[in-house]
Amino acid sequence: MLRVIRYGAVALIAVLVLGSLAVGLGWLQSGPRVTPAAGGPVIARFNLIDQKNQAVSERDVLGRPSVMFFGFTYCPEVCPTTLASLTALLGKLGADANRLGAFFVTVDPERDTPDELKKYLSPFDPRIRGLTGAPDQIAVLGKSLGVYYAKVPTEGGGYTMDHTASVFLLDAQGRFVGTIAYGEGDKAALAKLQRLASGA
Amino acid sequence: MTILIRAGMALAFGTSILLAGISAAHEYVAGPLKIVHPWSRATPPGATVGAGYMKIINQGATPIRFLGGSTSAAQRVEIHTMIVDGGVMRMRPVTGGLVVPAGGQVALKPGGAHLMLIGLKKPLVEEDMVPLTLMFDGGVTVDVDLYIESMGAPSSGHEGH
Repeated sequence: MLRVIRYGAVALIAVLVLGSLAVGLGWLQSGPRVTPAAGGPVIARFNLIDQKNQAVSERDVLGRPSVMFFGFTYCPEVCPTTLASLTALLGKLGADANRLGAFFVTVDPERDTPDELKKYLSPFDPRIRGLTGAPDQIAVLGKSLGVYYAKVPTEGGGYTMDHTASVFLLDAQGRFVGTIAYGEGDKAALAKLQRLASGA
Repeated sequence: MTILIRAGMALAFGTSILLAGISAAHEYVAGPLKIVHPWSRATPPGATVGAGYMKIINQGATPIRFLGGSTSAAQRVEIHTMIVDGGVMRMRPVTGGLVVPAGGQVALKPGGAHLMLIGLKKPLVEEDMVPLTLMFDGGVTVDVDLYIESMGAPSSGHEGH
């Protein structure tokens, strides 16, 4: 009788130890899976060009998970810091970063030409593709993801753009699966990107 | 005490004051105004706008209105606020300047009110010092230098002063 109890106890301890090891090492799902909401936003078909003047459509986004940020080059703070942060995060992902697509879509195609984008993106991760083109194509893409942006006139005849400051996370089918909020810490952001890259 | 020892002490004292001055440096005092750690971020090539951040302290007994500034590095300087409202970034120019209360301060910082350097004549380069003249009502001006931090600097490393 005692032997059974002893073996049982050992077995139980073994299971607990192995189980916690498994969770700790991520062999089992330890967190919420990244799943798109049924009927949630999914990228529309679009035709834009990147900073090298190459045509980009939704087909260039689909096929692997991606991150997409909507901004403009006349933005002094949110946009450069988000791009710098994204660059650092992609670096931290190491080889896994190659599993992700990364896109900077301008909400100000009037001013942000491919050449402008090329210059602007040059200090950041070269994997980030800058997209510009026809305003109505930008609108189609932005609307499909629920991105808000609006032109706001400023004194002296210029304008600024209000825009959603979050980084959008898309799965390989182009479905919205989450965001990295502006100001969200690097640790949380990295974890989201790791989940995105591995959940491919 | 010999004159040598006294001289040595004076030198040590003087040096420590100098070093203290340098370590507390990057502050500018003009009458009741103290400007602490003006800084900006390096800009990507082709970017035509930059930001400006600093703390403006009014040690005087009357409020002072901060009106903006000018710099040879850009066509004009404006004060802007930035709000992230429900995930949407909205930037707006501030008209009428910002009042710095008597015995109080105004902080121009990332995520809040800040200066916009509009029409940059060339990119802001990390570790450069960019001259900027701050303008207050009553014709008061203060010349400062913006220290250029890295492109992704979330905040100046000079917080806590």
